Amino acid sequence: MLLYSLKRLLYGLVTVWFIATATFIAMHSVPGDPLLNNKAVSETIRKNLEKRYGLDKPLSQQYVIYISSMLKGDFGVSFTQQNRRVNDIIREHFPVSAVLGILAITFATLGGILWGAITALYRNKLPDIIIMFLVILGISVPSFVFAALGQLSIIQMNDLFNRSILPVAGWGDFTHMLMPALVLGLGTMAFLVRLMRSSMLEVINSDYVRTAKAKGLSSLKIFFSHQLRNAVLPVITILGPAIAAITTGGFVVEQIFAIPGLGRYFVQAVQQSDYTVIMGTTVFYGAFLVFMVILVDIVYGFVDPRIRIHAES
Amino acid sequence: MKMTPTSNAQEVRADTFIPSANDFQPAHRESHHDALHRPSLSYWQDAWIRLKANSRAVVSLYLVAFLMVFTLFGPYIWQVNPSSQDLDQISQPPSFNKQAVLVNGSGFWEPDLEELPEHYFQELDVEDLLATSEIIIDQAFTKSVRLRWQAVEGAYAYVIYRNDYKPESSEDLGLPLAEVEGADLTYYQDRLNLESKTYYYSIVATDGVDESEAFRAIPVNVEQAITLDEAKERGLVDDTAIIGDSISLKSHPLGTDYLGRDMLARLISGARTSLFIGTVAPALYILLGVIYGSLAGYLGARVDNWMMRFADFVVALPFLLFMILFRIAFGVESGESGIFPMLIAMIVLGWPGMARLVRGQILQIRNEAYVQAARLLGANSSYLIIRHMIPNVMGVILVSITFAIPSAIFTEAFLSFIGMGVSPPTASWGSMCNEGIKTMLSHPHELFFPALLISITVLAFNLLGDGLRDALDSRLRARD
Amino acid sequence: MRIRKFLRITSCFICLLALPNINLMAQAVDFEKQKVTIALADEPPSLNSIKSTDQISFFILGHTNEGLLNYGKRNKLAAGVAEKWEVNDKGAKFWLRKNAKWSDGKPVTAHDFVFAWRTVVNPTTASEYAFIMYPVKNAEAITNGKKSPDTLGVKAIDDYTLEVTFERPCGYFLGLMAFGTYYPVREDFYKAQGERYAADKENLLFNGPFKLTHWVHGAALKLEKNEHYWNKGAVHLNEVDMPYITSDALARFNLFKDGKIATTGLDGETLKNALQNKYKIRKFSDGAIFYQEFNYREGRVTANIHFRKALQLVFDPNELVDKVVAVPGNIPARSLIPLWVKGVEDKFRKEYPAKEISVDIKKAKEHLAIAKKELGLTEFPPLVLLVGDSPTASKQAEYLQNLYKKNLGLDVKIDKQIFKQRLAKMSVGDFDMVSAGWGPDFNDPMTFADLFASWNENNNGRYNNPEYDKLIRIAQNSADPKIRMDAFSKMQDIIIDDVAILLQYEAGSVYVQSRKLKGVSRRVIGADPSYVNARVVE
Repeated sequence: MLLYSLKRLLYGLVTVWFIATATFIAMHSVPGDPLLNNKAVSETIRKNLEKRYGLDKPLSQQYVIYISSMLKGDFGVSFTQQNRRVNDIIREHFPVSAVLGILAITFATLGGILWGAITALYRNKLPDIIIMFLVILGISVPSFVFAALGQLSIIQMNDLFNRSILPVAGWGDFTHMLMPALVLGLGTMAFLVRLMRSSMLEVINSDYVRTAKAKGLSSLKIFFSHQLRNAVLPVITILGPAIAAITTGGFVVEQIFAIPGLGRYFVQAVQQSDYTVIMGTTVFYGAFLVFMVILVDIVYGFVDPRIRIHAES
Repeated sequence: MKMTPTSNAQEVRADTFIPSANDFQPAHRESHHDALHRPSLSYWQDAWIRLKANSRAVVSLYLVAFLMVFTLFGPYIWQVNPSSQDLDQISQPPSFNKQAVLVNGSGFWEPDLEELPEHYFQELDVEDLLATSEIIIDQAFTKSVRLRWQAVEGAYAYVIYRNDYKPESSEDLGLPLAEVEGADLTYYQDRLNLESKTYYYSIVATDGVDESEAFRAIPVNVEQAITLDEAKERGLVDDTAIIGDSISLKSHPLGTDYLGRDMLARLISGARTSLFIGTVAPALYILLGVIYGSLAGYLGARVDNWMMRFADFVVALPFLLFMILFRIAFGVESGESGIFPMLIAMIVLGWPGMARLVRGQILQIRNEAYVQAARLLGANSSYLIIRHMIPNVMGVILVSITFAIPSAIFTEAFLSFIGMGVSPPTASWGSMCNEGIKTMLSHPHELFFPALLISITVLAFNLLGDGLRDALDSRLRARD
Repeated sequence: MRIRKFLRITSCFICLLALPNINLMAQAVDFEKQKVTIALADEPPSLNSIKSTDQISFFILGHTNEGLLNYGKRNKLAAGVAEKWEVNDKGAKFWLRKNAKWSDGKPVTAHDFVFAWRTVVNPTTASEYAFIMYPVKNAEAITNGKKSPDTLGVKAIDDYTLEVTFERPCGYFLGLMAFGTYYPVREDFYKAQGERYAADKENLLFNGPFKLTHWVHGAALKLEKNEHYWNKGAVHLNEVDMPYITSDALARFNLFKDGKIATTGLDGETLKNALQNKYKIRKFSDGAIFYQEFNYREGRVTANIHFRKALQLVFDPNELVDKVVAVPGNIPARSLIPLWVKGVEDKFRKEYPAKEISVDIKKAKEHLAIAKKELGLTEFPPLVLLVGDSPTASKQAEYLQNLYKKNLGLDVKIDKQIFKQRLAKMSVGDFDMVSAGWGPDFNDPMTFADLFASWNENNNGRYNNPEYDKLIRIAQNSADPKIRMDAFSKMQDIIIDDVAILLQYEAGSVYVQSRKLKGVSRRVIGADPSYVNARVVE
């Protein structure tokens, strides 16, 4: 098992290296560079800027320099936020996105599993119809609508009770996280509801469940020990990448709720052609994703012994 | 010894009984046995019957039919140009037979004003400035509102305010439209985004630095207007029409957008793009994902490892950057619609999610009893995958399709927004949603209708998918 | 079981309502503490006055630091670090006050200015605003590497006297002394910080009304009254808190509605909401001008004067401003020089009114026909209109696309590009028309006029008119205001007659502000808005 995990980690590193290389090539193939600005500068200044940032060297040399400093753990300095190290940007902002993301995933998972199971158990009855209707609505409407509506409802609520129950925006304590996390998790929750329903339906009609019922097990026990456990696998499958996506992709929610997360830098970097931040955030995101996937694969093994046995053989 | 059939029962002994042809008589055919059997059906025939029986699936088929009619025949039924802008009807809610007055084109306006006596030009302190005694409405159309007012003694300039609501005090007069300098310049023409409703205009005198507390406000009922030239251009009138006539404007059943374009026409023209992208792209990348994922899950171990690492690699690439790269790589000209590159881009970056899901499911079922049984019977890999495994991961596939459709529509909107994808004036439902969000609170219809159509699409395919899954699920087959 | 879970969740929520206000975020204005809370649209990229280029950085710097001169009440130039000064054609002399101090207690001296200015023009610093130093002798030569930085025409005669020599007469020099790039920087501190100068609040020195006491990158900033400021008696506010950074205008408006921030800008959507809530709406012209540049390079249709004339005659800036942009504060642009710019004595546009062009579709079509013949075309090729990715930009582009199609039958393709790619395309001339804007750097027509000098890097279309260039040189080299303004007037005419660009509108905005906040100055140049003289009333 340990050897297996180590091998996976090694493969993961190789993947990250590929990601970095592909991004480097893509970044330099696209027009636009970080040294351009609204007010143009003279030739001499432009040359000096290039020299200062090492952009006057040939691309292959820049690549080598970049990869070697990356291996040392140094992602360089941002072009947009001058004198701010990319490492610092990631270090200061990723935890914010992570906390928000984890909370969002928690909402999404709990909600998804719960509501999904309900729809499966009450298939084609009223709870199923209502929840499915909400799910359709949830995925047909873009996420920033929900964010804007969420913020509006906070204002209404504060107005109604004439007291600041929830903050409209900002970041500080737990109350700042509630609405943004809820909004962020909605999309994934809708997906999980559907997924859960689908796999629960298959499980409900399976033989071992029927056996368990025949044996006289209570519905509750059947639900938790058999139905849930078998149905939850697809949920786990997407959970890994979903965590990674939500954590770095909560850009819209972060903007609307003034949350100092990493998402904004991730998006802005491409718009600003900020080479170092693009590379830094992409590589970091890639590494995080790869790690999450490895974690998920290991968790697979615990949830479903059949997979573990086969993976090892 | 030979036995002869006798009507009276003779004793028959089992150990010595040897049956002959005479011992048997043909039996009657009993038709009631058939009641316990149904005609034998193939897998697909069975599925189709169950699909038809599922009422929700039938509803979905109707919805899909509606969408197809909307897209293909819409332009012929509702023949309105989706690009023609009407800047007098910006962001209007749905309207039928709106009336408008024919007016002259309104350009520059400089009315004749009478000379003011000297004492009006003295400079007074702001506290001594009074409100104007009278405001006259010269004209109040959506083209322009023309106001004249009585000069105020000692005023250096006037500020004109406009409010959608009645002003209560000098603090909430509304929008400051302009400041006109000069005690004698007592007129103003307002053309700022006028809608046909009642506005409250206020005039306040200033001493050049501060505004007076005194003000006068009047309600102005603005009428919808259209110039004679425009009306002729749009074929609403013939040559007998004169200024002052009231005519009917073309209806806008779903309202107009932020540049005065008809929403229904835009939705119909946008349907092509959105439905095309929304169905073809997901269909393709799901197909690709299913093939990739099932191969990875089935072959397992090392192959699975390499295949999944490659999938991770694709997912981690920065989306925006690679979109731009594709655009350049495919040589999309500036301002052209790049539907094909966009399709490729969405497929290339969409399949990993699907692959991962399918692979997970395959890993779970590859060791099921029926798979092993089939293998023992001599089935080869492709037979196993196609005939046994994929139908069992249908559930997951169908769920993904439901989500892939709106995701593709909104991704297309985002790509068009950054210049890749359809370019204006071509519309798409996703980009209409993007624009509609900006006026979500004041003009919700701009967001509501495209979102509604997207919802209908999602609902239709969702129900269809559900119905298909129920119909195709072999485990449910026995349940009937 | 499920019902129990549901009940548990709802009861938790109800508990939340009963809790006292655990959220201790500051309110928008605080009378006792004399504190104001606002939101920023973006994080300041760099608080290094030598290198800053953007509005937000200058906003912060304008509160934490001070130059030789400052803007006082009513936005008039007033004494800053300099107490007394003298200006003529050849140069200027400034006598600094003795009680101007840095936030570490040490005095602000003339050497601080000399060091700062020399560092700005030093080519290794590669400051993008080095051009603003060009009125000072040798500045341009130094930035191009032809002379060494210590030949810059500025000298500290003693600790409190500064002498400046001009490259050429500069009527607007005093206004430049209040500009961020000309702020002083102390040499020993700068060198001690090395790479980390201006990276965090510890790496900066402040000589202005406020000091930066809190800076969490990407999240919050806070300014507090600087007790070492020489004029601290005139500063009423104790604290300006900026705990929210978001580019979403609606989010900022929601914060304002919730009573968390004291001011925010309005757009078309939030405007209606503001009217409904009876907020007092204020208007402000921010001084920038928006226009369309044409491409004059070889082979471009837009290089033909008749073609451009056709476009000019169908375009009605009033319609663009009133219906498409539709936010008050924006005025149709009639000239390259906006209304607020100073002329000889009064506003330039008052002394030299610009000619008005009315819409004339028939004449436009005639010009188009001539253009077609001159270019030898049977049909016009599709034109590419390059725009950015901001929402108003694309709306305007769609409007123009339709306008040209409807009236002239021209096919216009909209090329939407995100920021740096648009800049890249602009600088290499990959467009037929591009939507552009320009914000002023100082209060003189030159800040706009020299945009279309043939040697200016910002002249993206490469407009080349020898007559225009000659007039620029006249305005640059003359000390007589009348001669200069006459030259600018002729340039103004050329821009319109030659349709060098298609003038669109002068930018403005509307905003709301808490009624309890008074004394906030809005400026076209410099830190805007300015809370230096602001105060909170009851």
